[in-house]
Amino acid sequence: MARIRKAVPGVDAKALIKDAGKLMPDASRRAFLRGAASLGALTMLTGCDIIDEDSAEGALRYVSRFNDRVQAFLFNPNKLAPTYTEADIKRPFPFNAYYDLDEAPTVDPATYKLEISGLADNKKPWTLDELHALPEVSQITRHVCVEGWSAIGSWQGAVLSDFLKRIGADTRARYLHFKCAEGYTETIDMPTALHPQTQMTFKFDNKILPRAYGFPMKIRIPTKLGFKQPKYVVAMEVTNVDRGGYWSNQGYNWFSGL
Amino acid sequence: MTAETMQASHSAAAPETIHPAWVRVCHWINALAILVMIGSGWQVYNASPLFSFTFPRAITIGEWLGGALLWHFAAMWVLVINGLVYVTLGLATGRFRRKLFPVGPRAVITDIKAALTFKLGHDDLSHYNAVQKVLYLGIILDGVLIVVSGISIWKPVQFQELTALFGGYDAARYVHFAAMAAIVAFLVVHISLALIVPKSLRAMVTGR
Repeated sequence: MARIRKAVPGVDAKALIKDAGKLMPDASRRAFLRGAASLGALTMLTGCDIIDEDSAEGALRYVSRFNDRVQAFLFNPNKLAPTYTEADIKRPFPFNAYYDLDEAPTVDPATYKLEISGLADNKKPWTLDELHALPEVSQITRHVCVEGWSAIGSWQGAVLSDFLKRIGADTRARYLHFKCAEGYTETIDMPTALHPQTQMTFKFDNKILPRAYGFPMKIRIPTKLGFKQPKYVVAMEVTNVDRGGYWSNQGYNWFSGL
Repeated sequence: MTAETMQASHSAAAPETIHPAWVRVCHWINALAILVMIGSGWQVYNASPLFSFTFPRAITIGEWLGGALLWHFAAMWVLVINGLVYVTLGLATGRFRRKLFPVGPRAVITDIKAALTFKLGHDDLSHYNAVQKVLYLGIILDGVLIVVSGISIWKPVQFQELTALFGGYDAARYVHFAAMAAIVAFLVVHISLALIVPKSLRAMVTGR
């Protein structure tokens, strides 16, 4: 649900993972530039020069960074996402990823540990039992996918900002970076991490998260698009370095706030 | 602006300026921005279609969802800033008032009848008939609608009151789509007539 399946037609998902460090994987990069070329054809019609492809891409990336700053400015840390009732919950809630459900990672709860690193006083790894013992909150909110669809779901878990206090995280740091069991990564801004509805989620609809929804832990952020909300989270780092994320590295807007 | 105020006194001497420079500049910037917005918007739509069709990839911009979103969220600034300049100048110079008003239902019906029987003249480009007035007023309002519905989809938490006005996030997507469809319908008529009456196209380039 947090990710996009087959958003890049014809691109092998495994190759995508290998390429995630680059700005964009080669295949979608080429595809993306074809888009720039078609705009070039368009500008020809209006009598302007053809836009140079690399500079068009550079300009678009520049504007996307600018849009990150605009969205950070628009983000109100006290503004809560609308909440809904039990009756509004979408059942079954959609599964969405760049892989099929049968390829979703299987995490062994017995050996699972949440690794903590970076700017935090207590970096002791957390077992699942310890995480489940954290005070539980619940929310029924709207999940909005970058593809455009949305679905209302019910998530239970611990308030992330409380957890950050508990581990003595330096909340003046700029980012929180997550690593996931299948290699997915995501980085979010600290103001969003400290938002009262941002949740370390262990349950969906009051039942332990099924594998499809990110067992054993997902980060639920009702103020961000779905792909910014990692599932199968195995490591959390408090950092001042933007380590990027699986999809934003490929061209989705980094902030992607709602 | 000055060109237009001068026009009243100098129209007899110099060839009349039909569209002052700011109108022409805004028009063509808007034309480019709206084509990018529509083309990239179609690609975004294809990622999660509202209806049982998708747009052929050949007529979309961005090639994949990520590319289309980059185009969409870049061109939006051009569209909105240019649109604000246009509406501000349109109101401040009195051009909207002069060109688009008065417009009444009776005149519209008369002119629609004339248009359908091919009796509606385009001889005086500086004067809009009632059908033109309604279409141009309508497209300006539709421009406001597409921007506001777009903002409510982009920021359904920060601007949730706006999103609620449209009946929620999902409903706002349909409004945004309908506003796009209205623009496309307008463009079909607008471009067809510009080609049928080429001097109107020339006037939007040279001003005369």
